[in-house]
Amino acid sequence: MTSDHPLVVGSHSLTSRLIVGTGRYETMDQMRDSIDQSGATCVTVAVRRERLYSQTGENILDFLDLDRYTLLPNTAGCYTAKDAVRAARLGREILRALHNPGQDWVKLEVLGDSMTLLPDPVETLEACRELVADGFSVLCYTSDDPVIAKRLKDLGATSVMPAGSPIGSGQGLLNQNNLRIILEYLKRDDPNYPIIVDAGVGTASDVSVAFELGADGVLLNTAIAHARDPVMMASAMKHAAIAGREAYLAGRIPKRLYGTASSPTEGVISSRPYGGAIKKNQ
Amino acid sequence: MIQVTVNGKPVSLEAPMTIEQLLVTAQVPPNYLAVEINADVVPRELHAEKLVNDGDEVEVVTLVGGG
Repeated sequence: MTSDHPLVVGSHSLTSRLIVGTGRYETMDQMRDSIDQSGATCVTVAVRRERLYSQTGENILDFLDLDRYTLLPNTAGCYTAKDAVRAARLGREILRALHNPGQDWVKLEVLGDSMTLLPDPVETLEACRELVADGFSVLCYTSDDPVIAKRLKDLGATSVMPAGSPIGSGQGLLNQNNLRIILEYLKRDDPNYPIIVDAGVGTASDVSVAFELGADGVLLNTAIAHARDPVMMASAMKHAAIAGREAYLAGRIPKRLYGTASSPTEGVISSRPYGGAIKKNQ
Repeated sequence: MIQVTVNGKPVSLEAPMTIEQLLVTAQVPPNYLAVEINADVVPRELHAEKLVNDGDEVEVVTLVGGG
């Protein structure tokens, strides 16, 4: 049987190919239990002003086992390259104090519009360039446009993370052809280059499809956090990731127009009233 | 008195103070925080000596849930 290897992204080697977000849970306990069930070893976090956020004094860091999880700070909520670079540097500073291995990387996200939450490709390219120059390992959220994806890789992004559909929309992978082109385009001379589908996952089958297409990882948040039962959905996502990845490694059969019998065609006790009228081409 | 801005809000201080002194009022442990003065990160090794001066814009951030 083909065996899998860890997902390698820069200096990080992840045993689970699922990366999960920590946002939008009803309670910190629900978040902790859901992440536990997802099997993820890497979780994303956001950088926000202290005190203006939590009224309760609770901090997410008291609910995450930092010996178990590698944190991936994001630049979510930034609309300019300048702000994204600032958020990345602040995140790195916090992780440095925590001695968490995530201090050398960032999930870069620069949005262009608050309604669609679609990425701004111009600001994303600029921020990617600056962060790479500053020594960051940049995991870059982008649209499913293959040309921008290629440009980000050429700028030195450690991983390109195309969206399946808008953030939190749950619409799944809207343009699988674009994702296939991105995978072909970026891996052609560099088969181990990691492509992580980020955003848009609605349910478990979306995760499986991403892996079946050949994605190296999937990053998701809302599909678990806003499920009716987040802990059970986290478990579903874990199994979907394994199923999709194993299906990809195993190699699916080609699609055929006509049926091919699974049982022997000789020795059948039957007659064929209309037998063999059409000659198969395939 | 000096006027500074902390996380977007105007704050009056008796006199310039260090970042470490300013963070005494924060609700979470100092190792959960990062600080910027005028858009530049101040490494925590310097929090005990770096002064917040009149007109400075200070940002104090922590980590929260996100995707």
